[in-house]
Amino acid sequence: MSEIVQISDLHKSFGDLNVLKGIDLTVQSGETVVLLGSSGSGKSTLLRCVNFMEEPTQGSVSLHGELIGTEAGGKMQYRESELCALRTRIGMVFQHFNLFPHMTVEQNVMEGQVTVLKRSKSEAQSKAMTQLERVGLADKASEYPARLSGGQKQRVAIARALAMDPDVMLFDEVTSALDPELVGEVLKTMRQLADEGMTMLVVTHELGFAYHVANRVLFLHDGKILEEGKPQQVLKNPQTQRMREFLDGHSLFKLPD
Amino acid sequence: MVEWNFLAVFSDFDLLMIGLSNTLKVTALALLFGVPLGLVFAVMRLSTTRPLSMAAAFIIEFFRTTPPLVQLFWFFFALPILIDVRMTPFIAAIVTFSIQSSAFFAEIFRGGIQSIDKGQWEGAKAIGMNYRQSLQRVILPQAVKRMIPAFMERSIELLKTTTLVSTVAYADLMFQANDLAQKTFRPLEVYTVVAVMYFLLIFVFSQLSIAVERRLAQSGESTVR
Ligand SMILES: Nc1ncnc2c1ncn2[C@@H]1O[C@H](COP(=O)(O)OP(=O)(O)OP(=O)(O)O)[C@@H](O)[C@H]1O
Ligand SMILES: [Mg+2]
Repeated sequence: MSEIVQISDLHKSFGDLNVLKGIDLTVQSGETVVLLGSSGSGKSTLLRCVNFMEEPTQGSVSLHGELIGTEAGGKMQYRESELCALRTRIGMVFQHFNLFPHMTVEQNVMEGQVTVLKRSKSEAQSKAMTQLERVGLADKASEYPARLSGGQKQRVAIARALAMDPDVMLFDEVTSALDPELVGEVLKTMRQLADEGMTMLVVTHELGFAYHVANRVLFLHDGKILEEGKPQQVLKNPQTQRMREFLDGHSLFKLPD
Repeated sequence: MVEWNFLAVFSDFDLLMIGLSNTLKVTALALLFGVPLGLVFAVMRLSTTRPLSMAAAFIIEFFRTTPPLVQLFWFFFALPILIDVRMTPFIAAIVTFSIQSSAFFAEIFRGGIQSIDKGQWEGAKAIGMNYRQSLQRVILPQAVKRMIPAFMERSIELLKTTTLVSTVAYADLMFQANDLAQKTFRPLEVYTVVAVMYFLLIFVFSQLSIAVERRLAQSGESTVR
């Protein structure tokens, strides 16, 4: 196994608000890591620091052992071109899909390949179809996003990210905006990706997914990782009071015995 | 009883046609330069680099608040004193109305760009797009659609404002009308015909814009998310 993402001593603050207070996290190739934590605990912030949608205030992120940014005068400096290139290697899927409404499903999946990776139209198109088949939406290729259900939109968003051939995928509460009956199809797609060996860092409130799919579960609290371990261990035998309270709040979740 | 006699007007109608074509020329060129310049000012104003956004804000507000006639006279009479340029009425007109309308277009662009959901920037960024690519491929195509009504309205406004160029002796429709009215002693007929010409021009244009708006409303795929 090789290390895909390595985060060390990561801090992030917004003005006076210290959201992340020293995060160390390594994600191995092919691993699915689920990040839990109550609302406002900084899960999104941590995810967004991995692909530099937010710039960390302190600490470092490496991808495949390569340090992102250059150190100058004790502070990390990041160039836009470097970060753009980095983001092509890190896929991200959002709660609200963020599909491009003026493009068809196929164009959505081709866009990054053509505009950013400079692939030819025909290559991008065939890759787009491959990824759309992977998420089970090849027949929707020429539809506009507005005509899709929430679950379908989210699977298109996953295909759009996959089409860039990323080394790792970030998922930020991708089922939270969906009607309950549509959550399953998206989780199924994610599980399939995990089974295929995709490296994934997932923020979710779906504890069932964490239990059955994650190789490792982290619990974020007060800007730090409070608990970490195998899902069976963390979800069934939480070591801290905080984690127990968090799990009690998810009463809908029944662990299989 | 007032006696209407259009004969004199219509026998010299080609004078008015020259004026009309010059009016359209000034309007079209002002749009040609004003729209891209407006986009540049809008992007500058939205920039997080303070000096850049402040400079843009100043230019935009200055040209939106000062009377267009003052701007025209300044470029025509004052600028040549300041720097060594040979100013013709035509150049002064193009410069004035390009910059003046760019200030208004900048605000239309800014409104359009800001009306697009932040998630669209994020979606674009997440697949590795830089600022320019995001703007060009994702944000503007959606924003421009929403801007069209305001854009059309502003273009009509511009067409009307170009009548001011007659004051620096540029042979637009208004200037030709003045000329003809003095020549024929028929101001009643001349200005009536000219009013009708402006009306028809703008009426056709606004009907066109209504048709465009309708079509956009029909094809209206939801622009959020
Ligand atoms: N751009 C920002 N500017 C200022 N404060 C921010 C910003 N982004 C996040 N925050 C703050 O940082 C804290 C953590 O936010 P974050 O979105 O990471 O939490 P979260 O764990 O993802 O919560 P949720 O489960 O509600 O999505 C919150 O208090 C939030 O208000
Ligand atoms: Mg969040």
